[in-house]
Amino acid sequence: MSATAHSVIEPTARERRFAATLIVIYALVTMLPLVWIFMTSLKTPQDSISYPPKVVFGPTLEGYVNLFTTRTRQTPEYMASLPPPETWWDELVRSRNMVIAGPSKFGERFLNSVIIGFGSTFLTIFLGTLAAYAFSRFRVPLKDDLLFFILSTRMMPPVAVAIPIFLMYRQLGLSDTHLGMILLYTAVNLSLAVWLLKGFMDEIPREYEEAAMIDGYTRLQAFRKVVLPQATTGIAATAIFCLIFAWNEYAFALLLTSGTAQTAPPFIPTIIGEGGLDWPAVAAGATLFLLPVLVFTILLRKHLLRGITFGAVRK
Amino acid sequence: MRRMGLALLGSTALIGGLGSAAEAEELTLCWAAWDPANALVELSKDFTAETGVDMKFEFVPWPNFADRMLNELNSGGQLCDLMIGDSQWIGGGAENGHYVKLNDFFEAEGISMDDFAPATVYAYSTWPKGTPNYYALPAMGDANAWFYRRDWFERPELQEEFQAQYGRELAPPGTQLELLDIAEFFQGREIDGKTVYGAAIFTERGSEGITMGATGALYAWGFKYENEPGSYDMEGAVNSPEAVEALEFYKTLYECCTPPGYTDSYMQESLDAFKSGQVAMAMNWFAFFPGLYKDPVVGGDKIGFFVNPGQNVEASTLGGQGISVISYSDKQDLALDYIKWFAQPEVQQKWWSLGGYSCHNDVLNDPSFPDSQPFAADFLEAMGNVQDFWQEPTYAELLLAMQKRLHDYIVADQGTAQEALDLLIVDWTETFEDDGKL
Amino acid sequence: MARSTPIDRVAHRAAAATPPHLRARVRGISDRAVAWVFIAPTIALLLAINIFPLLWTVYLSFTNYRANRPNREVEWVGTRNYERVLTDGDIWHTLQVTAHFVCWTLALQVLIGFTLAWLINRNFRGHGFWTTVIVLPMMLSPAVVGNFWTFLYQPQIGLFNYVVAFFSGVDPSSFSMIGSVHLAPWAIIIVDTWMWTPFVMLICLAGLRSIPEYLYEAAEVDRASPTRQFWTITVPMVLPFLMLAVLFRGIENFKMFDLVVELTSGGPGSVTELASINLKREAFEKWRTGYASAFAIVLFVTVFGLASIYVKALNRVKDR
Repeated sequence: MSATAHSVIEPTARERRFAATLIVIYALVTMLPLVWIFMTSLKTPQDSISYPPKVVFGPTLEGYVNLFTTRTRQTPEYMASLPPPETWWDELVRSRNMVIAGPSKFGERFLNSVIIGFGSTFLTIFLGTLAAYAFSRFRVPLKDDLLFFILSTRMMPPVAVAIPIFLMYRQLGLSDTHLGMILLYTAVNLSLAVWLLKGFMDEIPREYEEAAMIDGYTRLQAFRKVVLPQATTGIAATAIFCLIFAWNEYAFALLLTSGTAQTAPPFIPTIIGEGGLDWPAVAAGATLFLLPVLVFTILLRKHLLRGITFGAVRK
Repeated sequence: MRRMGLALLGSTALIGGLGSAAEAEELTLCWAAWDPANALVELSKDFTAETGVDMKFEFVPWPNFADRMLNELNSGGQLCDLMIGDSQWIGGGAENGHYVKLNDFFEAEGISMDDFAPATVYAYSTWPKGTPNYYALPAMGDANAWFYRRDWFERPELQEEFQAQYGRELAPPGTQLELLDIAEFFQGREIDGKTVYGAAIFTERGSEGITMGATGALYAWGFKYENEPGSYDMEGAVNSPEAVEALEFYKTLYECCTPPGYTDSYMQESLDAFKSGQVAMAMNWFAFFPGLYKDPVVGGDKIGFFVNPGQNVEASTLGGQGISVISYSDKQDLALDYIKWFAQPEVQQKWWSLGGYSCHNDVLNDPSFPDSQPFAADFLEAMGNVQDFWQEPTYAELLLAMQKRLHDYIVADQGTAQEALDLLIVDWTETFEDDGKL
Repeated sequence: MARSTPIDRVAHRAAAATPPHLRARVRGISDRAVAWVFIAPTIALLLAINIFPLLWTVYLSFTNYRANRPNREVEWVGTRNYERVLTDGDIWHTLQVTAHFVCWTLALQVLIGFTLAWLINRNFRGHGFWTTVIVLPMMLSPAVVGNFWTFLYQPQIGLFNYVVAFFSGVDPSSFSMIGSVHLAPWAIIIVDTWMWTPFVMLICLAGLRSIPEYLYEAAEVDRASPTRQFWTITVPMVLPFLMLAVLFRGIENFKMFDLVVELTSGGPGSVTELASINLKREAFEKWRTGYASAFAIVLFVTVFGLASIYVKALNRVKDR
């Protein structure tokens, strides 16, 4: 080691403390809106719009009950004539002089998000893995052009893409269908998936397959038994990225679905209660919707950089 | 072997059962998510009880309603069998083949449009306007009107102060300018320890809010869309001195007398402001009045209602919808059955009692109607002088232009009222030229 | 590695003994066939859902087609739609709004993102955990989060106004972030910066970590001051990474739709009406399909052109 007390690029303890303090402050501030969403989901509608905003409040699941049900306001006489409530949610709703009229659409929309998200992710990964392997291992004519073309499809604003898709789907009867949305999200996600997976495949030494093929494996067997197992982590990371994209997508869902296949993002902002947006219910919907992504992000943290830069930066 | 046979039998029965469950008839009705929609759900239970047809509903909040539903219609979607579409959609619905023409059906079932209030038939059912070509049955009469805090208006100290300041009684306004006085009087006042504001009005940008609000003033000043009906000759009508004055009035009202941050508000925000005790007066559609009157906090004795005040003329902005059958539905016969059921006088009577605004003459002409609700007489009065926006097939384009010009002027404070209306004529002319009408 | 059964080995020996053109057949399909079979479905899907629609958009942009009037005769109008788009004051206005949004978000995100990365690179204890925390907002649904921000921005009851009021002493109901003509453009910039700064931060962090230690050691030997080291080593080494981040964010924000639609839907008036929002109004509310297609093509060419020029610059920096 040199004569200096510390390595030239090693920061001093004071520098570290200083950096840590600033980062922690920033992290806390940046988390505030998310924490506020969660807190609001546990408030009563009155508490949620109180002035000044309430930090301490009695938590309730009213927002979640309102999220999953539709309710109608009734007269006190009618309320009195009802048999005693059977469940805690019945009781909660009745304490507001309302009765549950039925389930809301949130469950359906959430399920649509799940179906379309997983459906398109599966298809993307299936097609993307094959294409990425081919781009990684074979001399494909016009390879660079094809790869760039695949990437450039992401430069169109989604609203612009939606114009012809709308007309095409109308002709084919694919508007507002799960299949239509799965195909669309697959097409959009393929660019990301091919680029990312090609990067992961490039990192697997060719020698492995070649050795296997010398041992008598066919190309397909080598792909299946040698390359795929090696690429599992990369494929999983790519899959999660595709899933998050499909999960979060808004513009296509807004313009190409109206009910049957509508996903949660265009739906959550339209949750209304009695007079105005029902903020606790909106927050409850947002919480349930954002939570899976939070978990996935934490799982993904090692590959995050690669995913967001289309594999351009690999750390 | 025997067990297997039994299992097979069981599963066939199961499949059979599933099959018949799936065949249970079902209709989907699309409408906006608001108070009357809940009433319709309640009312439709009778239809299900009578016919065994299950009713499903797709209700979309107003700010997204037109956008979502017109998109659905234009994509030829099969989400809705029945649609309670906004009055202005009738032109597009008819010309683009979204709605089924109902003349033959009305004739076969003996449903006469003479049984419905003429203003509603004209506005909700006919295309081209005023011709006996029907594409909808009037379902929900509506107009924009006002409500106020009766309990505040009746406070002696406020009455005294108002009398001293304006030289007249503190009471529901007779003209738009009186309304402004009252709004100014309440703006920023302390009532029961809370700061309150003058009036909640429509200023929403995204769908139709600010147009629906501002036309309340425009019509009252005598605004006309054309010099001659059907001529598309707008110069001098749309930008008449009266129209300019009315628009300036609406901007004054917005700037002086609305709650803070009231820049993008429509029905829900107006209800919010009123129900939370922030405003003395608010504009909104009649559709909400039954719910407001029932409100545990501000309803009952505390609320009063009044028709949109006139200025040069008496006029109200039309709301309301007719119910139509969607031509892309494969259950049109069933959908027609629903309309047939809905058109019956008894059903219409119940519709009104549940909080829907029937357009049926048997209901409206009933001598007991004006007293059946505190706002019923106002409703009749308003429906007598309603005016509606363009109902052209290009209505969305016309509306968006007006939304932009009005919001730019009133809320974003750009340009003058004269400029806004002049630009509006330019926009509209372009639309009509594109459409081959000019 | 070479796990293989005796049978495989026999097959291999047999294959090796056969002439090459036969060998391929013994081994199964040829590599070239595999390549095409693997790529074809992807290309087919992209052709069907990306290229064909793009060509269709180009065609539509020369017509007066309206998607809500399918029965009307479609006329070929030549370049009239393009002329109208390029001379339309409202379109230029939305492009200005977009440019303002893109420039400011990039500036803020680069500044804050780089600072954060630089701080995290001090490698204090727990920096991994805090990095993950900071990164969370960018993975969330912009529409859902944007919608919730309208609540945070409410005068009086919103957390944002309250916090600002708490620190500055102004009345929380005296300003409305998304209602005021002057504040609304900043309201969307704040939310976008909140969401996407971590993106720039992550890329900068990768850049900082890619700098070899010996550069600093050499600088230390030369007695270069820390400031000098920063400007002569850190900044040039991170620059290619930073430029990549700017490219990605630039493209994304140029097409920005979901976040801002849910936040302001273009208002008040049209002060936050970004190009995509205007495009959506033209295409899916006014249904001027032909005109909107022309606008879409103009936007696409703009992004593509700017991005291409930028990538050239980026490559030059990288090669340096």
